[in-house]
Amino acid sequence: MVAQQSHTEIWELLEQVPDPEVPVISILDLGVVRDVQMLDNNIPEITITPTYTGCPAMDMIEVNIRAVLQEAGYQTVQIKTVLSPAWTSDWLTDSAKQKLKEYGIAPPVGKSSDKSVLFAEDRNIPCPQCDSTNTEVISHFGSTACKALHKCNDCLEPFDYFKCH
Amino acid sequence: MNQKFQYVLHLADNALILGHRLSEWCGHGPVLEQDMAMTNIALDLVGQSRSLYQYAAKLEGKGKTEDDLAYLRDAFDYRNALLVELPNEDFAYTVVRQFLFDVYNYFNYKALTESTDQHLVDIAVKSLKEVTYHLKWSSEWMIRLGDGTDVSHEKIQTALNDYWEYSGELYTPNALEKDLAAQGIAPDLTKIQPLWEERVDLILEQATLQKPSNTWMQSGGKEGVHTEYLGLILTELQYLQRAYPGAEW
Repeated sequence: MVAQQSHTEIWELLEQVPDPEVPVISILDLGVVRDVQMLDNNIPEITITPTYTGCPAMDMIEVNIRAVLQEAGYQTVQIKTVLSPAWTSDWLTDSAKQKLKEYGIAPPVGKSSDKSVLFAEDRNIPCPQCDSTNTEVISHFGSTACKALHKCNDCLEPFDYFKCH
Repeated sequence: MNQKFQYVLHLADNALILGHRLSEWCGHGPVLEQDMAMTNIALDLVGQSRSLYQYAAKLEGKGKTEDDLAYLRDAFDYRNALLVELPNEDFAYTVVRQFLFDVYNYFNYKALTESTDQHLVDIAVKSLKEVTYHLKWSSEWMIRLGDGTDVSHEKIQTALNDYWEYSGELYTPNALEKDLAAQGIAPDLTKIQPLWEERVDLILEQATLQKPSNTWMQSGGKEGVHTEYLGLILTELQYLQRAYPGAEW
């Protein structure tokens, strides 16, 4: 019973851990937390997965998870990083996509199972500022590994697009 | 076990050395967007090398870490293909090197997702998503420069002619790769070669570039016989550990 309570509490606490690079969404919104287990002696074990293998935010995410859980009294925290199943932008929650848009980052359009990334025409990503679809890609590689750089031809604002992955 | 360790090292060394080469462009790209593209690709490659070195260290079973493998081996212990250690030269050479490697890397990781080794499958599935973007980037630049101005066409054709003889090593299996392919662990490179040729031909045609006619290919990197460039890369990459052995921060 206590374990069950702790388990629920851990998930609630993790909701408070922001993504270091896009702080408007939590690491739960982002879908990088894959599992929470309670080990003996009330030690939580959190399983996380990187968005991109070279994502430099992973260490920061670990540090932040420990900080939040230690604050709540969990002195020992185990964190496990797994590569499989590989993270996909499909795991972004709907509320995360809404928060991204409000923050000025266009959320991923379509499903990652769509193979259009290789040699298909780029979709017209709606501008997060004015919703126009008259937009174009400036670069497939943006300010972080998970984003591409686009530009709106109507309001002329450049914007980040959270890549389908 | 030792064979698999050597093979995983080969994959890791390819990723680390090419990632390091690309990182040399940081702050020197021809335009800001391409500076960021190259450093993003470098980041992906270094990230992939980290996953691979971690696995290699585990396979070796000597209690080493990924850092030991990256920082404490000399050039003759490195197993990367020669192509990835070649200098950046100008943007055209960098694009050509990336393109020839990306085509191999894409099809190799794709085949590696069918490996009998589950850990390699996990790394391959993850890496393939990233490598797909790399291939798209380098293919687009081959076409843009090849089918661009007279100057850009001439520069990329020259780069292609110069680096072409380093492409064959990528898809030519050595004894180790043949053994591991027979066990279903590594992809069968003789099946990767036609896929590589087909894709390269397709892009060169779109890029209005001439496929180089020379068929003699360099080799040796997979056996630890490198160009002089690798030593120079390592003096920079391993500088801190060489100057202050065991330094941590």
